[in-house]
Amino acid sequence: MTVEVDPSASFTAFAHPSRLVSTDWLRANLGAPGLVVVESDEDVLLYETGHIPGAVKVDWHTDLNDPVERDYIDGARFAALVGSKGISRDTTVVIYGDKNNWWAAYALWVFTLFGHADVRLLDGGRAKWEAEGGEYVTPTSRPAAVDYPVVERNDSAIRAFKDDVLAHFGKPLIDVRSPEEYSGERTTAPAYPEEGSLRAGHIPSAQSVPWGKAVAEDGTFRTLPELESIYRIGAGLTTGDDVIAYCRIGERSAHTWFVLTHLLGFEGVRNYDGSWTEWGSAVRVPIAMGAEPGAIPIR
Amino acid sequence: MTTSALPESLAQIREEFLELEQGDRLILLLEFANDLPELPPRYAEHPDLFERVVECQSPVFIFTEVDDDHIVHLHATAPREAPTTRGFASILAQGLSGLTAQQVLDVPDDFPNTIGLTQAVSLLRIRGMSAMLARTKRQVRERVPA
Repeated sequence: MTVEVDPSASFTAFAHPSRLVSTDWLRANLGAPGLVVVESDEDVLLYETGHIPGAVKVDWHTDLNDPVERDYIDGARFAALVGSKGISRDTTVVIYGDKNNWWAAYALWVFTLFGHADVRLLDGGRAKWEAEGGEYVTPTSRPAAVDYPVVERNDSAIRAFKDDVLAHFGKPLIDVRSPEEYSGERTTAPAYPEEGSLRAGHIPSAQSVPWGKAVAEDGTFRTLPELESIYRIGAGLTTGDDVIAYCRIGERSAHTWFVLTHLLGFEGVRNYDGSWTEWGSAVRVPIAMGAEPGAIPIR
Repeated sequence: MTTSALPESLAQIREEFLELEQGDRLILLLEFANDLPELPPRYAEHPDLFERVVECQSPVFIFTEVDDDHIVHLHATAPREAPTTRGFASILAQGLSGLTAQQVLDVPDDFPNTIGLTQAVSLLRIRGMSAMLARTKRQVRERVPA
């Protein structure tokens, strides 16, 4: 049972308008059968300070990452996690969060690894809901647990590993980090030094398109013509391209993966979640410094 | 690092966290976040005195004072929309308050890892608090004549 899509005119130009809902739509559909709202933030305590009524919390780090290996949780853990949040395989899941839905997009991408069909983003995220005076409640939502089938992740379609990137040279790579990280002035996002790497710079031939360019002032996604101008004209992507996006640990590039896949309609876009924290510490991989993409490595 | 015992104030905070279930530890951290002391008026208008803790994910600023009796006062500010960072700052501001400079310098560097939040909050995020403690100690060292 899924909930009707948001027919907002502002979404119809996008490749997959059913992947976005507006704050108006959410206000009208809160409590609808078959809908579960998920908050996913960078700050692990933000949900506790107040959240959209009925929303459940999924934390990118403590819930979605494997606690031991650098990987995502497996099918059994995912089933237990989302089942405990009242999410069935056919539930419509709407995810929202802080920082322009940065972590919400990451959670959506992880849900997609498990093939959850109907998962959408609240356009504008927490900031827009709040700016419009949207209601918040503080008690943790305790939905009745439901059964979710154990489905193993399918990493092949939308996730890239280091070897995939090495085999990808000659095809487009998008680096979504800040210009300072791209050029090699620093290895960490401003104010995010905790995930260091041993070398600075970028993967040779990658185009620099910081992820936040896709977001307008009010936190919503930019219009299709604006996005076309950023990614097609600015970064030179063309229809049919096989694209890999990366950042530092794969969170910001999950946001860009969403834009390229669901708004612009590129097929087969993959997110390299090992990203710079793996590449920048790996032995004998090519690295380019400076503001230019650099030559395609010959292998 | 010395092996001196943890000051009473910090030991008490640690005990409060450790006796709770994982989920309740987050709620206690939120209470600390809400209780982050306001800046004294004499500092509220002096952002220039404060040092940014760049290791934290959100903008948090600290300023350490050592008074004539060698007592340390830690002042911190962090935005409302960054409750985890506010909570960390509040734990240190309250836990270090009233200690002597030497007692602050003797606080084990791994104190943030020992209060039972590495699972509920994640080790990654705890590093922000370790950085805050390290910067506090450095400021104390700068303010106390050798």
